[in-house]
Amino acid sequence: MNPLKVAVLGSGNIGTDLLMKIIRSPYLECSLFIGRHLNSPGMNKASSLGIKISDLSIEAIENNPSCCDLVFDATSALDHKKHWPVLKKLKKKVIDMTPSGIGEMCVPALNIEHCLNFDNVNMITCGGQSSIPLTYVIGKTQCDVEYIEVVSTIASRSAGPATRINLDEYIGTTEKGIKMFSGCSNVKAILTLSPAQPPIDMQTTVFAKIKKPDIAKLKEEASSMVRKIQTYVPGYQLVIPPMLESDRVVMMVKVQGLGDYLPKYAGNMDIINCAAIAMAVEYSKKYCNITNGVVS
Amino acid sequence: MKKILIHDVTLRDGNHAISHKITKNQIAIYAAAADAAGVPIVEVGHGNGLGASSLQVGESAINDETMLRIAKENLPHSKLAIHVIPGFATIEKDLIRAIDIGVDVVRVASHCTETDITQRHINYVRDRGKEAYGALMMSHMASKETLVDECQKMESYGAEGVIIFDSAGAYLPNQVTDRITELKNNLNIPVGFHAHNNLGLGIANSLAAAEAGASIIDGSARGFGAGAGNAQLEVLDAVLEKMGYITDINFYKLLDAADIAEKELLKEIPRIDSLSIISGISGVFSGFSKPVERISKEYNVDPRDVFFELGRRQVVAGQEDIIIDVVSKLALQKRVSNV
Repeated sequence: MNPLKVAVLGSGNIGTDLLMKIIRSPYLECSLFIGRHLNSPGMNKASSLGIKISDLSIEAIENNPSCCDLVFDATSALDHKKHWPVLKKLKKKVIDMTPSGIGEMCVPALNIEHCLNFDNVNMITCGGQSSIPLTYVIGKTQCDVEYIEVVSTIASRSAGPATRINLDEYIGTTEKGIKMFSGCSNVKAILTLSPAQPPIDMQTTVFAKIKKPDIAKLKEEASSMVRKIQTYVPGYQLVIPPMLESDRVVMMVKVQGLGDYLPKYAGNMDIINCAAIAMAVEYSKKYCNITNGVVS
Repeated sequence: MKKILIHDVTLRDGNHAISHKITKNQIAIYAAAADAAGVPIVEVGHGNGLGASSLQVGESAINDETMLRIAKENLPHSKLAIHVIPGFATIEKDLIRAIDIGVDVVRVASHCTETDITQRHINYVRDRGKEAYGALMMSHMASKETLVDECQKMESYGAEGVIIFDSAGAYLPNQVTDRITELKNNLNIPVGFHAHNNLGLGIANSLAAAEAGASIIDGSARGFGAGAGNAQLEVLDAVLEKMGYITDINFYKLLDAADIAEKELLKEIPRIDSLSIISGISGVFSGFSKPVERISKEYNVDPRDVFFELGRRQVVAGQEDIIIDVVSKLALQKRVSNV
C-alpha cells in the first residue's frame, strides 16, 4: 500500500514545519512543496531534503492535477478563498491552516471521524487547538456554564507578520470554535505576545463562570482529554489542573513544540501542525488502507 | 511659552484601583467636573481599555457601551478618549461601536516591542476620521533604539502622536529624559509620557519628559490609577504652569474636580505601599497589584516573592493568568521545604 500523496501550498514557517512532519509519517508522502519564490528559506529547506518544489503557487496543482490527493493550504485566509474553488474542481481533499472559515472546523481529539466526511477541513487557530478540547470538557461535564474565556500567550518571535496583522481574525475564529464545541454562547478569546527572552513556551489558560462547578468531575475528564491530545501533540501538558479561584474555574496548559523546523517554544505553530497531520493521517488510513505503519 | 496637552486617565487607569468597578454615576460626576475645568481629553474605560473586561484581568461593573455613552453625555467640550489593546479588543466587536458612540481620540496600545499589532486598528481609526495615537506599554523594558524603531512603525501606520508608558513605575528621571530626547530627534509627530508613581517619581518623571520635549502628558485626579497611581493631575498642572508651560486648564476648577474625585471615586487615596515599591523595582505592570495581593493571600505566599518572580519571567500587561502559575509554584516550594 502506498502513502497518501500530499502537496503543501505555502512555503512559510507553517508550511515548512508541516513538511518535516509529513516526511516523518509513513502514512504521508510530500509529492510537491509549493511557494512563490524559489529562494525562500522554506523552499531551500525542501530542496535540501530532496522534495520536489514549485514556485507556481496554485497553478502548480492545476498544471498537474495528479500530483497529489490532498493539499495543505498554509497560505492566508484571503488566498485560501481563491484556492478552494480550484481545488474543489480538481476533487482534492483540503486541510486549511488559515482562519478562512470555509471548511468544517476540526479538532482531532473531538471530531476527527466526523471530519473524514468533508473535503475541506479547517484547523481553526493555534489557540483554538489548545483551548477548545478543554472548553468541550467544560460543556460536557458542567451544568449552567455562563461564560468561557481562553487566554493564550505566545512568544513574540513565534508570531509571524501574518499572525500579527490578523489578531482580529484569530480572535473571531477562535471564539467561533469555542462556541461550537463547548455549546456555550458567551465566550471570549484573548491573545498576548510575550517578548520575554529566552522565549516562553505557548501557554493557554481556560477560565469559566459556572453556577455550581463540579471540579472533581472536571479534573478527571480534563486529564483524560489531555492524554488524548498528547497522542498527536506530545508537548501538550496540563500545568494547572482545574481549580476554583475567586469564583473562577481555571485551568492552564503549556504547549512545547517538537522543534522540527521551528524552535521548541513555538508550541503554537506545532500544535496546529500536529493537528493537521493527525487529520491527514486519518484520511490516509481511510483511503490508502495502511494499517501497520510505524511512526519513527 | 510651550503648550502641553494634558490627557486625563482618571476614569480609565483609576479603574484598576477599584478592580474595574467604576459606576455610571462616578463617570458622570467626574467627566462633568473635568469638562468644566477645561481638561482637553478625558479617557474612559476598563483599566486595560476597550474590550478588556474579562476573568483574566477583571470584570467591569458596567459595559463599555454604557461607560462611553455616560461619559459622552457629560463631556460637552472635552474630547472623549479610549485605550485599545489589540488582542483584547477587535475592530468588529468593539471599536466600530465605540466610535459610533462618539469617541474622539483612540490610543491604540501594545507592549512596547509589539507595535506592529496596532497597524489595522490605527488605520481604522484614521479611516473614520478620528484622532489615533500609539501607546507603548511597559516601555522601560526596551532600549531607546528599540523604542525609536517601534514608534517609527506607529508613525508609518498613521499615528498622530506616540506616548511611552511607564506602566510599572520603574523609570528614573534621567532614563525618561534619555528616551524622550531620542524619540523627539527621530520622529515627526508629538511625543507623550504616561507615569506611574511606584517609586515616588510620577511628577518628577513627567517634568523630565516635558523638559526633554514631550508635549502630551498623562495625569489622573489625586493620582487615581493602577499600583501607586499615576502623576497626580492637579499637581502636574500646577508644576507645569510654574515651570512656564501652558495647559489651558482652569486651575481652581481642576482642584474642584480632584476634590470631587476624592469624594466620589476613590476608595482610598493612592499611596506608595510596600507592594507598589516592589512592583516598580521588579519592573512588573502596576495593574498586577490587586490580583497579586489577593491570590498570594489565598495561597499564603509572600506577594513580594511573587512580584520578583513575575519580573524574572518578564511578564507584560495582559498576562495576569501567570500570577496563578507563579503563586501555586511558590506555594508548592514552600510545602516541600517545610516537610
